[in-house]
Amino acid sequence: MNKNRPEKVYFFGTCLIDMSYPEAGMAGIRLIQREGVKVIFPPDQSCCGQPAYNSGFPEEAKAVARKQIEIFNKDYPIVVPSGSCAGMMKHHYPKLFENDPDIKRVRAFSSRIYELTEFLVHVLKIKLADKGEPVTAAWHSSCHAAREMKVIEDSKSLIRQLKNVRLKELENEHQCCGFGGTFSIKHPDISSAMVKDKIEDIKNTGASIVLSGDCGCLMNITGAMDYHKISIKGQHIAQFIWERINGE
Amino acid sequence: MENKKFNFKENTAQALLDSRLRKNLKFAMGAMIQKRRAVFSNAQELEKLRVLGNSIRRRALSKLPELLEKLENKCTENGIIVHWAETTNQACEIVLEIMQKHKADKLVKGKSMVSEEMHLNKFLEQHGIEAIETDLGEFIIQLAGETPSHIIVPAIHKNKDEISKLFHEKIPGTPYTEEVEELNAIARKTLRKMFYEGHVGLSGVNMAAAETGTLCLVENEGNGRMCTTVPPVHIAVMGLEKVVEKLEDIPPLIRLLTGSATGQLITTYVNMITSPRKAGEKDGPKEIHLVILDNGRSKILADPQLRQTLQCIRCGTCLNHCPVYTRIGGHAYGFVYPGPIGKILTPQMEGLEKAGAMTTASSLCNACEEVCPVKIPIPELIRRLRNESYDLNGTVQGHGYKKHFMETAAWKAWELVNRIPALNAASTKMAGLFGHMLPKAGPLKEWTHTRTKPVFAQKSLHETVKEQGVAHE
Repeated sequence: MNKNRPEKVYFFGTCLIDMSYPEAGMAGIRLIQREGVKVIFPPDQSCCGQPAYNSGFPEEAKAVARKQIEIFNKDYPIVVPSGSCAGMMKHHYPKLFENDPDIKRVRAFSSRIYELTEFLVHVLKIKLADKGEPVTAAWHSSCHAAREMKVIEDSKSLIRQLKNVRLKELENEHQCCGFGGTFSIKHPDISSAMVKDKIEDIKNTGASIVLSGDCGCLMNITGAMDYHKISIKGQHIAQFIWERINGE
Repeated sequence: MENKKFNFKENTAQALLDSRLRKNLKFAMGAMIQKRRAVFSNAQELEKLRVLGNSIRRRALSKLPELLEKLENKCTENGIIVHWAETTNQACEIVLEIMQKHKADKLVKGKSMVSEEMHLNKFLEQHGIEAIETDLGEFIIQLAGETPSHIIVPAIHKNKDEISKLFHEKIPGTPYTEEVEELNAIARKTLRKMFYEGHVGLSGVNMAAAETGTLCLVENEGNGRMCTTVPPVHIAVMGLEKVVEKLEDIPPLIRLLTGSATGQLITTYVNMITSPRKAGEKDGPKEIHLVILDNGRSKILADPQLRQTLQCIRCGTCLNHCPVYTRIGGHAYGFVYPGPIGKILTPQMEGLEKAGAMTTASSLCNACEEVCPVKIPIPELIRRLRNESYDLNGTVQGHGYKKHFMETAAWKAWELVNRIPALNAASTKMAGLFGHMLPKAGPLKEWTHTRTKPVFAQKSLHETVKEQGVAHE
């Protein structure tokens, strides 16, 4: 990992944030800008390609991936507010393009990928001053943030910087919440059983809010909590931090 | 169990309704995960061992034909009779012939997944031969008329109460008891007699060393040793991938196997079988047969990526850590090998049309890959099989079986939307405007079984950054 502080970075918003959680994306951008780094948001960006990649459509995934590689073409770090999309771009793009003449370019692209909290901790070495009220927050580790990007400790270390936040870890932290993209609609029964156990685990912490670095998991978990009328809020870690340090 | 009426979705729905099963599995898997964690508490040491295990298995697979030939020669030299079976039916016939030659009508069996793969018990029954399972778990499910639901712990789906009831009902003259020691004693008493009555004993093979012609067999109950030493004839059945090059390859694999499977440093019994009873020896069978089964394995071996499937040492730890397996149990998979390894092995053996559905039942959370002692990239291979399900030019039997105009068109549309910025902007806009009005049909219907509808933002991130003046160069 290149730990030098850059002047400019690219921000990859992710398709889910674009459509459903723009405030999480904005918070990520603001957190980087606050450290005096210029954020570039290429307007032609879309999706990392993971939905097709995981569903048996590698050619379609590749076409969409190629588009992102073309767009994010300058040598800036690319910051991604999702462990899952970051994992796709960092670890799976090189596999997807293994036998492609562009492989060198793809590897160079992948080497510039950072998950947001990883970037804030290791590159920007961000310091956070909490202006919020005391709160107990549960933490949900997304599978790909944990197992592909290995950034969970970075995310948690940011929350621990907030002095009025009591961080609660889940008993079965490393169990998937049942989202898994199209898995949740191809096997809704299994997925539902998984998310039900996950929210049980969240409830057991006594937290009033659950945080995660991945909006896919959040959509699944908060959707299930709403359905079961459990009044625990869910938020992307970037938005949570942004609101705390600004006393919002 | 097997598979004419295999409907994976139906199976999973049914399994999920069984709250006792869910509870039993959750409890059992939790315990297995803890045990493994305790025995592999040193992460660096484990990683080193996994790298070694992976290299041993890869080396063996890279020269498999040569090693198998060597194994055959060494075994023959040592007095073990080697048989080759291309299909499970051929393997069954070989076992039957040996039984008939010795006029044996009882077979005492140690635990063996390959014999499950062969559906040997049923086959022998049809030929008037009784196969008696002597592993406690296998004994339990045989009493219950079921098949194994786990590779290592076949009766893991049952709790003590269910077993107590089963013993009381199925073993004549057995009083009802919930005492574990008494239950063990009942099984022991029932089985002990069988070892002497069985003319032929059968076992699996955990690994076989080509260098010396040694069959290695790990177990905890001692029944395996009974099956392989008490009857005058011993038949070992193994999948052809179980061979390793050298004797010294075995100890690290045992450590990985037992640590991953049961959280043990080593099992109570490690049997190394090299020859039948020699002159002057006081025990051991007079005749040993080794049946080496292909059943599609050589085809798997031929593909450099899919070959990694055959690295498996059948420890079952991917099952224990799989959130899907833990929710539905092994029977829902409908075939012999359940869980993550089953998801990649079964469709390759049985064909994608028959068993491809199970490849969709993974959230690709990577828990299986994280714990696999020999580093099989299970999620990557699941993806490969998903690709093959749609790919008319694939290599796995049944490739392209799922190719369907609607799904292909949907992904093509997805590609266009995500490749052409104007289309992307328009579709995001539409979602923001009309997303809340979407009917609960299709994928949304599935999603809203137990969740509220996703909320679409009025203003996308694309629009927000533009408004807020974020640079775009």
